[in-house]
Amino acid sequence: MKHTISILVENHAGVLARVAGLFARRGFNIDSLAVGVTEDEKISRITIIADGTAYTLEQIEKQLNKLIDVIKVRHLPSEELLSRELVLIKVACQPSQRAELISLAEIAKAKISDITVNTMTLELSDSVPRIKNFEELLRPYGIKETVRTGSIAMQKGGASMKL
Amino acid sequence: MASERMTVARAMVKVLEAEGIKTVFGYPGAAICPFYDELINSQIRHVLVRHEANGGHAANGYARMTRKPAVAIATSGPGATNLITAIATAYMDSIPMVIITGQVSSEQIGRDVFQEADITGSAEPFVKHSYLVKNPDEVPVIFKNAFYIAGSGRPGPVLIDMPFDIQKAQIDFEYPETVDIRSYKPSVQGNKLQIKRAIAAIEKSKKPLICAGGGIFTAGAENLLCEFMHIADIPVVNTMMGMSSVPADDDLFYGMIGMHGVKSANYAINNCDLLILLGARVGDRAVTAISRLEGATVIHIDVDPAEIGKNLAATIPVVGDVKNILGEMIKLAKNYDHYDWKQELSEIRKTQDKPLSPSQDGFVNPKAFIRTLSAKLPENVVVSADVGQNQIWTCNNIRLKSGRFITSGGMGTMGYSIPAAIGAKAASPTSEVIAICGDGSFQMQFMELATMIQHGIAVKVIVMTNNRLGMVREVQTNAYDNRLTAVFLDGSPDFIKLADSYGIPARRVTDIADADSAINDMLSCDGCYLLEVRVAENEKTIL
Repeated sequence: MKHTISILVENHAGVLARVAGLFARRGFNIDSLAVGVTEDEKISRITIIADGTAYTLEQIEKQLNKLIDVIKVRHLPSEELLSRELVLIKVACQPSQRAELISLAEIAKAKISDITVNTMTLELSDSVPRIKNFEELLRPYGIKETVRTGSIAMQKGGASMKL
Repeated sequence: MASERMTVARAMVKVLEAEGIKTVFGYPGAAICPFYDELINSQIRHVLVRHEANGGHAANGYARMTRKPAVAIATSGPGATNLITAIATAYMDSIPMVIITGQVSSEQIGRDVFQEADITGSAEPFVKHSYLVKNPDEVPVIFKNAFYIAGSGRPGPVLIDMPFDIQKAQIDFEYPETVDIRSYKPSVQGNKLQIKRAIAAIEKSKKPLICAGGGIFTAGAENLLCEFMHIADIPVVNTMMGMSSVPADDDLFYGMIGMHGVKSANYAINNCDLLILLGARVGDRAVTAISRLEGATVIHIDVDPAEIGKNLAATIPVVGDVKNILGEMIKLAKNYDHYDWKQELSEIRKTQDKPLSPSQDGFVNPKAFIRTLSAKLPENVVVSADVGQNQIWTCNNIRLKSGRFITSGGMGTMGYSIPAAIGAKAASPTSEVIAICGDGSFQMQFMELATMIQHGIAVKVIVMTNNRLGMVREVQTNAYDNRLTAVFLDGSPDFIKLADSYGIPARRVTDIADADSAINDMLSCDGCYLLEVRVAENEKTIL
């Protein structure tokens, strides 16, 4: 089962290596990982999507809490989750296909980020299933390159993850 | 306290003094020279070991006696990487240590210069925490935090990697008086409600059992454990790390559990209806003997929440310091009576002490030898067992009424016993300290005989020789149809002559009839002593 785990860490060099190393050596599987600074520049937030049983999830949380640089760990329940991933997709696009692709982008709420004589680069920020769906829609045109950020997530509602 | 301008190297020495460090174990090299150049001016005793790993093991033995973080030092590159086994050994057994390594100058890091190794990176899986110091002004806080992290909560090794230029930098030194790490607040108190639930479960139990682990020593809870088990009338077994936490002659004590444990202990753990795990992490070698525990209530008391439920599901988890929690439990416990259960266990205990098979001609039965030794040991002895058959023979036949048993329980590091004994003796000079090893492990560490002589650290060494890597030989006999390979130690030196070349008196025992007088010789000797005990190659550990 997939779990979304948010981790607040000290914004030091080497912290990401400690977190990633912990997952590797204890055999926890990471599906996606994203890291960035928070509203407090001394704190970074790591979002990890991990696969595992309830036992694995409990161990992940406990072992992460043992890392000295980890300030807080929270498992975000899927029903209360606001989750987004950013994707850039470069597709083959002849001038005659532009109108078609622009209307696809409009339906998906994607942006046209770059355009050349025979390519178009689209940008979409959305949930993972919708990104996958968008990618499928573009596939017939010929995807030349895809880059994804990994999911970031936040709990819905007024509560926030504070120290 | 006003700050004072000085080099970081000098500040490092001041820090060690402020932490009350009396002895450090180390091996110098170019990258740690600024620190060594300042250590000259201090009263701190530096014990020069003959290999960095042994400096780590010596600090381990020292920390087990003082129960405070002990210090090991090495230089950059190979000095630091040689320490990794000792760091991992300390990590597995939750031993508080602060390890200081030299590092190449900051501007050279990452260029693969001479004696450069990424030690914080390579030791990461085995440290509680580590620092690669980049800003000299952070040195006082880093050291303060390192000692606090190493010694608090579940203790462990903390590594501080000190680049050469940082050691030479000038700072305004002021050692912080308090620690505030927002991300590290170990819970030590123990939830009152959980403690009440534990007592209620104990009250209902007909066949309760305490399993004492190494956490008893970490918490300094030996006396409280004895008090509690007698008030509540609960039989006790221990893991290998928990050996000597309860006096072996206590009637409530039923021995060591596990793959290499004794029948009474394993019977107890398989037949209890309530198991109280005290500072024990239920390691795989300890629990292989548990087969019927499923129905029992498990109360798991440990300072590390991650250990609870990791290897064994707990019915009632209690997170906190074992000493605090036992203190609370003593207040709530009543005088229960478990007469029938104790009788059941005592019957098993009586039958397992079968007379030992006689020694073979020209050899000494190692179990009989350890029993003879055990009967002669003085109060407050420290026994440091190595890894292999010698460890199991020692665990199952030594009966410590007081003192301390130490060994590399989790990592199973060969070559641990002598350097750890050196550390223990340096910490407790008035205790008799005895290292017990085999001829395999002895040859991984006998360079430390020189350390013992040089620093006047009078450790007694018992070497059980069978010209084999005996434990592996036993595995090959039992599981590989006796196809013996790579277990013969031909080419070993004459250990008596070897001891003599260090100026250490030594004696070889080849007949159990001589064991008594040889042990007397060893124990009456003021300085170091080496006793070789010839053991037959086919002696087993399995009971």
